[in-house]
Amino acid sequence: MNVVKPLKFTIASDLDAKRQVQERIMQEVARCGYDADDTFAIKLALEEALMNAMKHGNNLDRSKKVHVQAKISRRRAEITVEDEGPGFDRRSVPDPTTEENLCKCSGRGILLIEAYMNKVIWSKHGRRVKMIKLKR
Amino acid sequence: MAEQSPPLSVLQEKDIRIVEFTSTRILDEANITEIGNTLNALIDEASNPKLLLDFGNVDHLSSAALGMLINANNRIKQRNGQLRLANIKPQIYEVFVITKLNRLFKIFPDRKEALASFDQ
Repeated sequence: MNVVKPLKFTIASDLDAKRQVQERIMQEVARCGYDADDTFAIKLALEEALMNAMKHGNNLDRSKKVHVQAKISRRRAEITVEDEGPGFDRRSVPDPTTEENLCKCSGRGILLIEAYMNKVIWSKHGRRVKMIKLKR
Repeated sequence: MAEQSPPLSVLQEKDIRIVEFTSTRILDEANITEIGNTLNALIDEASNPKLLLDFGNVDHLSSAALGMLINANNRIKQRNGQLRLANIKPQIYEVFVITKLNRLFKIFPDRKEALASFDQ
């Protein structure tokens, strides 16, 4: 059986550290032969999840960490991002596509993650998100 | 250290400012802040600003970039100006569709059509 060894990272809430994690995960995505649309989707969802964790979860507090695990195989990409913030209730996040929210400058990250990944699971009171993309 | 090129190039055609994103990615927070500040300065220098944003080079953008564009749109509206978006690649246009921002922004297939759409 082909067992995928997960990539694991624990990083400070720091944009440079974020970039390095993204690059390493996207290298693995490229190595596993995902097409342009899947690559675009994974890259966007990863950006949004990491930014949510650092900015909204950890409030850009460098002493708080973000924990990332990525299992990338030739069939599916499974990425988990967890912050050390207070968490949030997914159901309480307003729909950014309604008329009254359309001109608001924030609140679209979760929508994009859920639109571009095949399965998204929020746990630990919103502090952890698991995102799965099935390869076409 | 190599100097980074600015993330925008700006051209003037009559009273319209044509802004081209020079980077392929509008993802990075620092980059987005710099772009937002430049757009705000361009908007504030005219009484009825007319701005055309050319996305021809852009392959990736994030929700933070969308927020920056919405902020520019709100600012332009406050000053009775006009904003047009053009040359958006299909993958990027899909982001606008998913977020329904294709309803908020006036989006054109190319620069020529966008330029022709400005009210005099």
